[in-house]
Amino acid sequence: MMNRRREIFARRLDLAHGRVDMSHGGGGRAMAQLIEDLFLAAFDNDWLRAQDDCAQFAVPAGRLVIATDSHVVSPLFFPGGDIGCLSVHGTINDVAMAGARPLYLASSFILEEGFPLANLTRIVESMAHAARRAGVPIITGDTKVVERGKGDGVFITTTGVGAVPEGVAISASRATPGDAVLLSGSLGEHGMAVMAQRENLSFDAPIESDTTALHELVAAMVAAVPDIHCLRDPTRGGLASALNEIARQAGVGMRLREAAIPVREPVRALCELLGLDPLYVANEGKLIAICPADAADHLLAAMRDHPLGREAALIGEVVADDHGFVEMETVFGGRRLVDWLSGEQLPRIC
Amino acid sequence: MKYLDEFRDGELARNLAARIRQEVEPDRRYALMEFCGGHTHAICRYGIEDLLPDNVRLIHGPGCPVCVLPSGRLQAAIELVERERVILCSYGDLLRVPGAQGDTLLKAKARGADVRMVYSISDALDIARAQPDRHIVFFAIGFETTTPPTAVVIRQAEREGLGNFSVYCNHVLTPPALRAILATHSPIQLDGCIGPAHVSTVIGSQPYAFVAADHRRPLVIAGFEPLDVLQAISMLVRQINAGKAEVENEYTRAVASEGNRKAQRLMAEVFELRPTFEWRGLGWLPGSALAIRPEFAEWDAERRFAMPAIRATDHKACACGEVLRGVKHPQDCTVFGTACTPDHPLGSCMVSAEGACAAYYHYGRFRRAAAS
Repeated sequence: MMNRRREIFARRLDLAHGRVDMSHGGGGRAMAQLIEDLFLAAFDNDWLRAQDDCAQFAVPAGRLVIATDSHVVSPLFFPGGDIGCLSVHGTINDVAMAGARPLYLASSFILEEGFPLANLTRIVESMAHAARRAGVPIITGDTKVVERGKGDGVFITTTGVGAVPEGVAISASRATPGDAVLLSGSLGEHGMAVMAQRENLSFDAPIESDTTALHELVAAMVAAVPDIHCLRDPTRGGLASALNEIARQAGVGMRLREAAIPVREPVRALCELLGLDPLYVANEGKLIAICPADAADHLLAAMRDHPLGREAALIGEVVADDHGFVEMETVFGGRRLVDWLSGEQLPRIC
Repeated sequence: MKYLDEFRDGELARNLAARIRQEVEPDRRYALMEFCGGHTHAICRYGIEDLLPDNVRLIHGPGCPVCVLPSGRLQAAIELVERERVILCSYGDLLRVPGAQGDTLLKAKARGADVRMVYSISDALDIARAQPDRHIVFFAIGFETTTPPTAVVIRQAEREGLGNFSVYCNHVLTPPALRAILATHSPIQLDGCIGPAHVSTVIGSQPYAFVAADHRRPLVIAGFEPLDVLQAISMLVRQINAGKAEVENEYTRAVASEGNRKAQRLMAEVFELRPTFEWRGLGWLPGSALAIRPEFAEWDAERRFAMPAIRATDHKACACGEVLRGVKHPQDCTVFGTACTPDHPLGSCMVSAEGACAAYYHYGRFRRAAAS
């Protein structure tokens, strides 16, 4: 095997100083070498080793979910993570928001000519680490290269498949007046970590992205309260956008309490500086749960028992409202609307 | 952050509101205009109207630079960037303000015009330094707060002999607008004013003396924090109860009575008064805006490109003019929230974060909806 490998790839891929060139997406020997020396070496599993164009796997009983997510974050590396682990966490979380157990991932790369292979290696290793830690293998993939100036280093699309446990039926449309609205932790860390990096702002207390896979927290929550009505991770557009989406899908309104919504001090300070509202800033490791009011305490306790839900809080309730308004009692005791985001607050945050 | 929390303390706010409710005389009317969009934003964001008794009414003033820019001035910028192929640098809000026939800088950008969003005028200067083969025009707007930085940059461009940079000056002045509102405010009577925060750090409190002297109305200069606004309301209620009309300063941590003399000198060096200037909603106001002095003509985009005066009419259903004068509540406009939304604004007050229509749309529109 080794001899044959040497014969095909006479020169080693220079992962330290080399750069992506057009041949890495050309379908020839250079592409095969990039896949074998980089992607296969990092993601290593039986499906990839088979080197087929697709991956075959057994289907468990019950319902499957599938989710896909493209990642174009800029900068590619930010405090607390990078586009690699973000692309794994993002799709695992989308699958998990159906209450599902994520099983497999597929990943697709669009690389820009000239992109340093050292950076690509860092990203791929970060993906591999995140996938392994989450216990969800990347079993198939694709690589394309675009000319210099036609991309921005690397774009990654991941697709995930998961299985929904029996008795679980989670959907935004199930949010019902009277339900409790819970949040798993503090807001805005991912968005502000990326912004701080972009604006070159340095802080005494640096903000790290909260990017993480939430499926184990979800498994614990579903085990405690199988009748969770709705789960959503408030990514782009933040808590405000996620709640407005749910309100529209379910034809309900929401009432929140500002004082109950956790936001850490450095995030609040940076938001203030940049004129942003933390309710609209992206998260990559938080979730919103909506459940019957009588199960709220039990669910909150289960969340707080998990390391990713330590700061979980009951932040409001679902109400009947034909307008679908998300309203909030402010820290002053007045009321305000928490509206949909208008336009783009923070482009390319994930 | 400790410093910030002091001005957002919920308990302090509730105590202050309770005091206002106690002190308000039930048979008296307290119609108070907050001049600045920054105040309007804080009022809506924190739901301050919910804390006040019914006879204390807040009326939103014209203190939003994007809102008062007439569509003709905006249209002139659109035509400039498309005709002269310059790089036009602008604050983000301006990109979506309608010019003539609903055209915007954002649409011009999509058609291929080189319009760039910047956070400050010095970013525009940096672009001029980096691209000597292109001409960069900065779209300068704002009250006295943003005028000194524009003066600094024009002086800097002169020092560097930067020939590829100019400023489209739309700086306006607060006191003439306040005077116009107080003089012509027929449909509603104002009982007091919450005076500008940041503007007053530059001009001080003296320029408002006419409010008390000529119009017999109290004015309290207030910071933009929500507690500042509540404190100012409380101070105005006391003055009105006592039959007083004085200029008071709630914002003592930042505003001195004489203002910032250095900034004032700088403004006087670079700018001169325009004989008259058009404001959206308020019409033509004498001595209400600044032009770049002839000594700095090279950095004056209006002179350099002989920019024509353009008269553009606003959308006929848009009530921005009445909203800016305080005679109409944003939600009394027939197109509020229907034909005119922040995503598709017909008028400037729905665009800017400081605009009264946008503030009501984002934070307060549930109230009327619930009532209907």
